[in-house]
Amino acid sequence: MTPVIEVRALQKSFRHQRVLNNLNMTIDGGVVALLGPNGAGKTTLVSILTTLIRPDAGTARVLGHDVVRDASTVRSLVRVTGQATSLDELLTGRENLAMLGKLLGLGRTATNRADELLERLDLAAAGRKAVRTYSGGMRRRLDLAASLIAPAKVLILDEPTTGLDPVSRARVWDDIRQLAIDGTTVLLTTQTLDEAEALADRVTVLHRGGIVADGTVGELTALVGGQSVVLVDTAGSVLERVETDGTRASVAAALERMQRDNGARVELRSPSLEDAFAKLTQIEEVAA
Amino acid sequence: MTTTTTPATGVSTLSSSGVFIRRSLLHSIRDGEGLLMAIALPVMLMLMFTVVFGGAIQGDGRYIDYVVPGIILTCAGFGASSTAVSVSRDMTAGAMLRYRTMPFVASTSIVGHVIASVVRNLVATAVVIGVAFAIGFRPDADLGGWIAALGIVTLWILAVTSVFAVIGLIAGSPEAANGYGFIILFLPYLSSAFVPIETMPDWIAPVAEYQPVTPIIETIRSALVGGEGQPLVSILWCLGIILVALVLAAWRFPRTPVR
Repeated sequence: MTPVIEVRALQKSFRHQRVLNNLNMTIDGGVVALLGPNGAGKTTLVSILTTLIRPDAGTARVLGHDVVRDASTVRSLVRVTGQATSLDELLTGRENLAMLGKLLGLGRTATNRADELLERLDLAAAGRKAVRTYSGGMRRRLDLAASLIAPAKVLILDEPTTGLDPVSRARVWDDIRQLAIDGTTVLLTTQTLDEAEALADRVTVLHRGGIVADGTVGELTALVGGQSVVLVDTAGSVLERVETDGTRASVAAALERMQRDNGARVELRSPSLEDAFAKLTQIEEVAA
Repeated sequence: MTTTTTPATGVSTLSSSGVFIRRSLLHSIRDGEGLLMAIALPVMLMLMFTVVFGGAIQGDGRYIDYVVPGIILTCAGFGASSTAVSVSRDMTAGAMLRYRTMPFVASTSIVGHVIASVVRNLVATAVVIGVAFAIGFRPDADLGGWIAALGIVTLWILAVTSVFAVIGLIAGSPEAANGYGFIILFLPYLSSAFVPIETMPDWIAPVAEYQPVTPIIETIRSALVGGEGQPLVSILWCLGIILVALVLAAWRFPRTPVR
């Protein structure tokens, strides 16, 4: 079966600085989170996959279509919501969606489709107002809706919830989950680990232009080793941490070493995706 | 949410141009302040030159008949300058990023801005001519003269708008785009729009004579109130400017940074 996204030996530099370094990646479907610190190359990869920029070397294909040689087919298969909102401030939400629908070839059905979408995303009332009156969260959600106006095989979301309050973020997450259920392949870039943990079937960690890890959240956390025994005070601050290799004997030995006074308690902790991320990208872990 | 997976097919260049023309016209109507300025500024400029300066400038002939063709052309520049800001806003905000990832020719968004500018400016021109009549403009043109004058005016609006569109493509921000435009707005003052070239100092007269605005104004003037026109030179100037703008836009558009 043709992979949904297939990237081979991809390279891209800007002003002699290598941003993507021999990148290989295969996505077969579902929700995939592309995780990486600032400057890891996430947005560059997204720009190549959406035909905005050309790679220096290597290939990228979407459902078998090359993003350089067959850019127009790729443009009909992939929709993207970038970091900057793409909405027209002077038009209403409904007009924005209908316009994009017409540009995608929906013709007269574009307006009906816009109404349907606004209804489904609970934006029907807002849809009649000019976008310049919208809050940040509404803009984001309408921008996401703009990518859904016509059916797409692949949806790429570049940091879809950056700058959103928790309530708006939860709503965007629900929208993304629904898309996955409907069969759209979603590739989302994110800097926040809980987003990857909450949404993704698979997490790909990008660091300095290459992929350093790829797997389910469980697989990635397993990569960083066993559990640790942590001494936590009543306020939740970590007083002491002893790493174990996960065996009964090593955990018992760790417990033995710990002081237990001042009301502190002992907890057994599995590594979180955050631990995995920190280790995989060699970032100094900040004490909790 | 639909579960159909037939991908979007996109639309032809003609259809996307149509969509973007409608969008830009909606912008013109929604942006009430902009529309008011596009019409009020030309009218104010004309009243200033005819009522305020007119008395002092008035020679043997009727100054109002002399100056109105010049005002019409100066106004076209005012109205077109906002195109630079609209184009720049599209290029620097996220909108163009989305258009470029979609299956149609993204540069047709600029066509929308250009056509909307032509429409806006023709409306402003009509208002200016109406007010000119109200304060005593009495051209002796027949229908053919009016058609010729409006034809040249439309061509000039298209040419000057194309230049502003290119400025919008090149400028780094909408604010910068707005600033560059002022240079072009000075051209009519260095032409035969307001005073005959013979009255200018020797060193500046050739500049005024050989820049595009002078032959175009003389052509409109001859079509409306008589005198010597240069229709062929005017048309060639306009087409030449449009051609250069198209080449620059075609070169620049794919090179504008994507983020």
